[in-house]
Amino acid sequence: MEIILAILTGVLYTAGVYMLLRRSILKFIIGIIFLSNATNLLVFLAAGIVQGSPAFVDGKAADSSLIADPLPQALVLTAIVIGLGIIVFTLALKYKYFQLTGTDDLDQVKQTDKP
Amino acid sequence: MNAIALPILIPLIMMVILMIVRNNKAAQWISSAGTIALFVLSVYLLLEVNQKEVMVLYLGGWEAPFGITLVIDRLSAVMLSTTALIGFAIAVYATKFFTPAHRESRFYFFFFALLMGVNGAFITGDVFNLYVWFEVMLMSSFVLITLGSKRAQLEGAIKYLALNLIGSMFFLAGLGLLYGKTGTLNMAHLAQILIDDRNAILMNTSAVLFFIAFGIKAAVFPLFFWLPASYHTPNITVSSLFAGLLTKVGVYALIRFFTLFFVQEPAFWHNLLLVIAGFTMVIGGMSASIYYDSRRILSYHIISQIGYMVMGLGIFTPLAIAGAIFFTIHNMLAKTNVFLVAGIIRKLRGSFDLKKVGGLFNSNPAVAVVFIIPGLALAGVPPVSGFFAKFILIKAGFDAGQYLISGVAILTGMLTLYSMIKIWNEAFLKAQPKEYEKEVKTRVTFAEIFPSALLAMASLLLGIFASPVFNYIMKAAEQLSDPVNYITSVLNL
Repeated sequence: MEIILAILTGVLYTAGVYMLLRRSILKFIIGIIFLSNATNLLVFLAAGIVQGSPAFVDGKAADSSLIADPLPQALVLTAIVIGLGIIVFTLALKYKYFQLTGTDDLDQVKQTDKP
Repeated sequence: MNAIALPILIPLIMMVILMIVRNNKAAQWISSAGTIALFVLSVYLLLEVNQKEVMVLYLGGWEAPFGITLVIDRLSAVMLSTTALIGFAIAVYATKFFTPAHRESRFYFFFFALLMGVNGAFITGDVFNLYVWFEVMLMSSFVLITLGSKRAQLEGAIKYLALNLIGSMFFLAGLGLLYGKTGTLNMAHLAQILIDDRNAILMNTSAVLFFIAFGIKAAVFPLFFWLPASYHTPNITVSSLFAGLLTKVGVYALIRFFTLFFVQEPAFWHNLLLVIAGFTMVIGGMSASIYYDSRRILSYHIISQIGYMVMGLGIFTPLAIAGAIFFTIHNMLAKTNVFLVAGIIRKLRGSFDLKKVGGLFNSNPAVAVVFIIPGLALAGVPPVSGFFAKFILIKAGFDAGQYLISGVAILTGMLTLYSMIKIWNEAFLKAQPKEYEKEVKTRVTFAEIFPSALLAMASLLLGIFASPVFNYIMKAAEQLSDPVNYITSVLNL
């Protein structure tokens, strides 16, 4: 299972970086979404995954090596929520910029760098 | 003991109040009062931590390393006080300079959200919690930078947002790998585990990811490009706020992480930090010299000055770290102040472009005074704060045998002086250009100049009372260099 998820993480990072390098703002945002999901998977994976076991057990104390670590799951959940908020803001910003300028081309976004 | 949580709670309460209060005048008064409360609290914490060394609060009663821990040591307390003072200055300044009137109460809302994020980042003792505070700070800064929705602002915001989001992802990735290797995210617990662990190979992956993340926030050399592209676009109040606070949170995080637990391979890291510090200083300073827009000059200067703070961390003797902290405080005060004065110049002469302004020395000597104090402080002229900051850093550099970086630091001082003299000559000494004479106003109200005067006074006092301040900061640096006290206090050993 780890190996599949690890490959998926790699593929997401690759796709994310590729999208970041495109010229469209929308594709840039899709790239950000890929990267943030890849990072979430990375955090989840890095802590080690335990197959088929819940994070918590009822009643008797279970062997800690048999239950999944709940903390990375909580971290990833928080990161997903934060990521969602940021993506929504990014999309709103893109919409506002498109309304104002009518362009989605990142090469047009260079006014603020000119001396 | 619960006063520890108040630097986060006060801005939160202010946000709730400002959600209800829609009246601009009321929002202004309430916000100023709130920042005063924050300042009084942080001074109390500063004095308290002087006796107790490290103050710890376990949120929700979960003991470290299991719950979220808030920790205030000397470094945090110093940073909190400086932040609160700048917050007060900005809150007053915004009453006069935040132009789109109907948005004013909104400005204060996100202003306090930003302060909450900054304060949270300074006092948290947990790596993931730090990530959350960084995001709080980022979100509110995104909103602040776009308030007004002009084209340049949206463009600046896109660049600002893009690179900072990538920085956040590096942060999160580093944090995930760190947890995978150590099984904890509590800073003190991490330090306890890692302090004897010289097995650097595994830790360096996390350390590099964190370094890139904080490097982007702090705007160090190859990662700074978002800053000059965006800082000159928003309202000058927002620029001043960002200039004073945001990059310094990145520097704070670098200092905290690289003194507390990323200490495995000092030779590599300290040399890397020194090389980056040198490039940051020189490239920031040189880029500043080609511009004539005061905001752009000052934006590049932020970068240049970040180099000094990183240099202190790179030399890594207690004296050098003390120098870095001293420099950070001095820079927060002086840098915010020069931005505030740029706003005043704009108000009096109608432009940020130095070629279109002039003659302020004769018409408004008071403005000249509040500019020259932080200007000299930034350039490092005694007896203002910057001289002592640079003196400590360069002395530490010579003591540690780091002659090259010390030399670069001295030469960069010339570049800073050059830029400050440029603004001084163009805006204050030269006569107002004929074709822009109809823009001239001469009246400055008390509320407009008060924040600058306050911060100029702080720079001056920091220079005059450098000795007691230095003693306090030296203790902070010793605390950082030898974190045993921090670890035992947090973990209750």
